[in-house]
Amino acid sequence: MKILVCISNVPDTTTKISFTNDNTTFNSAGVQFVINPFDEWYALVRALELKEAQGGNVTILHVGDASSEATIRKGLAIGADDAVRIDGEPNDAFAVAEQIAAYAKDKGFDLILAGKETINYNGSMVGAMVAELMGLPFVSLATKLDIANGVATVEHDIDGGTEVLECALPLVLSANKGMAEARIPNMRGIMAARTKPLIQLAATGADKLTSITSYELAKGRTECKYVDASSPEKLIELLHTEAKAI
Amino acid sequence: MSVLIYTEISKGKVKKSSLEAVNYGSRMAAQLNTTATAVVVGDADVSDLGKAGAKKVLRLKNDKLVNLDGQYLTSAIEQAAKAEGASIIIFSHDFTGKEVAPRLAAKLKAGIVAGAVGNPVISGNSFTVKKNVFSGKAIATYSIHSDKKIISLLPNSFPVELGDGTAEVVDFAVNLDGVNSSIKIKEVKKDTSELNLTDAELVVSAGRGMKGPENWGMIEELAKELGAATACSRPVADMDWRPHHEHVGQTGIAIRPNLYIAIGISGAIQHLAGVNGSKTIVVINSDKEAPFFKSADYGIVGDAFEIVPKLIEAVKKFKANQ
Repeated sequence: MKILVCISNVPDTTTKISFTNDNTTFNSAGVQFVINPFDEWYALVRALELKEAQGGNVTILHVGDASSEATIRKGLAIGADDAVRIDGEPNDAFAVAEQIAAYAKDKGFDLILAGKETINYNGSMVGAMVAELMGLPFVSLATKLDIANGVATVEHDIDGGTEVLECALPLVLSANKGMAEARIPNMRGIMAARTKPLIQLAATGADKLTSITSYELAKGRTECKYVDASSPEKLIELLHTEAKAI
Repeated sequence: MSVLIYTEISKGKVKKSSLEAVNYGSRMAAQLNTTATAVVVGDADVSDLGKAGAKKVLRLKNDKLVNLDGQYLTSAIEQAAKAEGASIIIFSHDFTGKEVAPRLAAKLKAGIVAGAVGNPVISGNSFTVKKNVFSGKAIATYSIHSDKKIISLLPNSFPVELGDGTAEVVDFAVNLDGVNSSIKIKEVKKDTSELNLTDAELVVSAGRGMKGPENWGMIEELAKELGAATACSRPVADMDWRPHHEHVGQTGIAIRPNLYIAIGISGAIQHLAGVNGSKTIVVINSDKEAPFFKSADYGIVGDAFEIVPKLIEAVKKFKANQ
């Protein structure tokens, strides 16, 4: 089975966010970048588990510049067989999806996996776009994935519940919590990652349909107002008269 | 041209997030001197769509649409948009929206903003709209460059406003002969509770501080008295104290109710990422150093097992006096 896992390079969850150039650019100075957790913990690890059980090959694909190479090597250290970096700017979902689809279209992948969303732009878009560009079915927010005889059985989140689907391969899906448990690369994996193939490809002309013109920080909350534990009814009064929430 | 809005039915009624999307689309239509057309699958009463501002409702007709399969829906909405001459299509950024909106965007080569939180600013050829980024820590202004545009609206970004408008409701036959989805639905496990967590205005959420699933009775009672949905933190869902679909946070679902009451939840950054859009946050925790207090509007430091029953009584009294 040939599996492609699309990974993004994102600031670690605990990063303090700030912007430069008159609030038009994310300030990456001193920021620790990691594989987008949904791509790593769920998509990549589940792909590796399927490969280990059934044989095959796991390729990781990243669209981004050379500064992402440490992140890609981490994916190889966790266990991917090889990696591809398409040298482009990942700043528009459609442009990224076009690059992925252009690469994947003649490679015969049985499964293309992505995380449910990136933790920096939270778009939840690239997987569905790749599926459309390649004319493939897409399942969003998958929490379980099994493959038998060329058919995927997928459980995914729907409005107020879950749904179990079957779908003949090839298939694109976005991975949510539940698909697998995080793996920490061991020393052997880290050593092996250094010599695993990481191919660089030039970006093809992709169409950028959106751009970010400026950023602002979300408004912080004003000081927390404490209500004494002995008189919780005071809270209900404040929620009614002051917050107008009830 | 018109502004097209994809809407959905749940439990026999138009979903609240769909009404928000229709309000949003009809405001945009007014700004562009055009009208809003809603599309819907199913035969339920859709008079609310007219009240929310749609002038026309197209009922998408094709047996293949019954399961809201992404490939079929994408083609159906594309056909409706073409028939209506719509170059702007609005979705709710919910489960279907996440599956279908980007798919349709790729098909139409339409620039998309997924999870918008503000009305668009339209001036000449410039079209910008804001959305949350960095899991709610910042807001970015996106510019859409393409003629065709798709926006999915983050649920609970705007209150629903229903007027006395009516919409002309017409059947729209969809041709799906050339589309064949290989997805087959085997089983659907639906939560049977009345309130949908994403739509809920009020949410009562609890965490590990409740010590065990047997103690959730008071949480459910408080939620019931308030007319709130119940939610939980990640460890609670992981330990199977509560069902997975109640888990809010970065890896669960993101919600933004009017009121979020967190009981016995410390407030890890991953949890905050899923709730920091809530208008008012109340934190009840026995640990006064719990980080959640820094993100709260109101806090009570103390034992939930003593405070929650008192709150239930206070809510009952409050309701009796209204």
